Amino acid sequence: MKSKLKSDNSPVASVPSRRNSSNGIRREVLIGWLFVIPALAFYLFFVIFPLIMSIRYSFFNWNGITKMTFVGLKNYITVFKVPDLFGTIINAFELVVYFSVFPVGIGLLIASIIHRVASGKFGEAARTILFLPQIIPLVAAGIIWGWLLSSSGLVNEILKTLGLGVITRAWLGDFTWALPSVGFIGVWVLLGFCTLLLLTGINKIDPSLYESARIDGATWWNEFTSITIPLLKNEIGVCLTVTVTNALAAFDIVYVTTAGGPGNSTSVPGVQIYILAFTQQRIGLASALAVLLLIMVLIVVIPIQLLSKESAQ
Amino acid sequence: MKISRGEVITGRAFLLLMMLITVLPFISIFTTALYPSGTIPDGLSWPANPQWGNFITAFKVANMGTLLESSLSIVLMVVPIALLISTMAAFAIGQLRIPGSNFLLFLFVFGLTLPMGGIIVPLYYMERTIGIYNTRFAIALPLIALYMPFSVYWMRTHFVNMPHEITEAAQVDGANTWDLFWRIHLPLAQAPITSLGILMSVWTWNQFLLALVLVENPAHRTMAGALGAFQGHYATDVPLLCAGTIVVLVPTLVIFVIFQRQIISAMLQGAIKG
Repeated sequence: MKSKLKSDNSPVASVPSRRNSSNGIRREVLIGWLFVIPALAFYLFFVIFPLIMSIRYSFFNWNGITKMTFVGLKNYITVFKVPDLFGTIINAFELVVYFSVFPVGIGLLIASIIHRVASGKFGEAARTILFLPQIIPLVAAGIIWGWLLSSSGLVNEILKTLGLGVITRAWLGDFTWALPSVGFIGVWVLLGFCTLLLLTGINKIDPSLYESARIDGATWWNEFTSITIPLLKNEIGVCLTVTVTNALAAFDIVYVTTAGGPGNSTSVPGVQIYILAFTQQRIGLASALAVLLLIMVLIVVIPIQLLSKESAQ
Repeated sequence: MKISRGEVITGRAFLLLMMLITVLPFISIFTTALYPSGTIPDGLSWPANPQWGNFITAFKVANMGTLLESSLSIVLMVVPIALLISTMAAFAIGQLRIPGSNFLLFLFVFGLTLPMGGIIVPLYYMERTIGIYNTRFAIALPLIALYMPFSVYWMRTHFVNMPHEITEAAQVDGANTWDLFWRIHLPLAQAPITSLGILMSVWTWNQFLLALVLVENPAHRTMAGALGAFQGHYATDVPLLCAGTIVVLVPTLVIFVIFQRQIISAMLQGAIKG
């Protein structure tokens, strides 16, 4: 654009000329950044800065009051050496299995059933009801199931009615069964979310694929394995990302139902960080566990994202 | 269509079973809440003498009036600010495409899967230092920041898909950047902003860890944070605990029934985009 056009007031010329003048560009960039600054400031101050402080604390021995002393990697070594601390990481990965495999697996099953035999009002009702646990506070879910799984709760009542009275117990107080029980609560919370997400994926699949399969007399199982699952890789990836993050970062449900007990059988990093920092005043150790938690989430989430994006293309 | 009758029946029966498993817990705490306070009822039976007064007792002992006010004031502080600043940032990143947009996007997206446990300890000491610990800002300010990754990403998807001609035409007409944002792009972004606002309101209402750590007095917490404290006090009084839980759940459920479509679609889209 020639410079004499700058003085030209014709609409065609005014925009490009403003863009071409370096002053105008600098001004635009400046104004653009002014739009970003409030969000960026909040984010840097209340998220990124604490994150960096977590990493810093993790190399120190500190009780929150007296002077900090540098201890290098000692806190990390402690996490890996002390069974009660390392156990939280093992428990977190066990929760991953419950929180993600079951909601995604059963969710796929329910979504494909809704798609095949309940596309009308019934399916709509099913979707709304199944989604319900996702919107209530996790604390409420924990309290509800804490009661249902107690020795006189509904779960044991049903087992007795079914003639399985011998296996009744206080599920959340049982060393063997507490963690699977917490896992089950996670399934209850996450199932509807996964189902609906997978269902939107199924609805995007070209109906003619199903129609031609049905004309050929395909069974539900044929449809499920050769059309539904392969074409839903992207949605399955999203479900796994959400559920795995929920499992690794679990706090609310565990804190409310078992607080990590009995013993340390349901303790997960989130709860252990809370206990170490706020009841035992071991800030360094809590922070080392917090940093490990961050790394765990990244290690698990990044490959899932890459795999599902890759196969979706 | 060659779906057999038998298959339709089996399929629907399975769905019914799943729906039953989903709602039974709600029904169970409801019937339990009607038993006399202090007794230990059995799972799922209608009490001989339903104690509707339990809900009133729970409302009183949980200090629901103050609590509703406190939760609402936190929501009213967090949601408008978070909406405004995230939309502005997303506008600059997605529509103005300022230099450094890619880096900024990466920086925000990095926070998407960040577990709160990773920053809660420094947040506590930080708030004590700057003096907002235990105040009404203790929960609100970090929450606004924690919503930035998701909200900026969500709004950016909208702005990136808006045709750039709109912006150019407005600039031709002499609109400055603020007018362009406030008068032209903001009205066009109403739908994603509404969904985002509903999502953030529900998340704020349900926030537990921040409330537990950063505010000592349960009456100044969010709903979920207060419920946690209520459980600590009345863990042994099952009917009262169930009544309290229901009292806390009712507002959430009402919101869900009213905004069902928006909530479900926002949560699903949010997950896919994120």
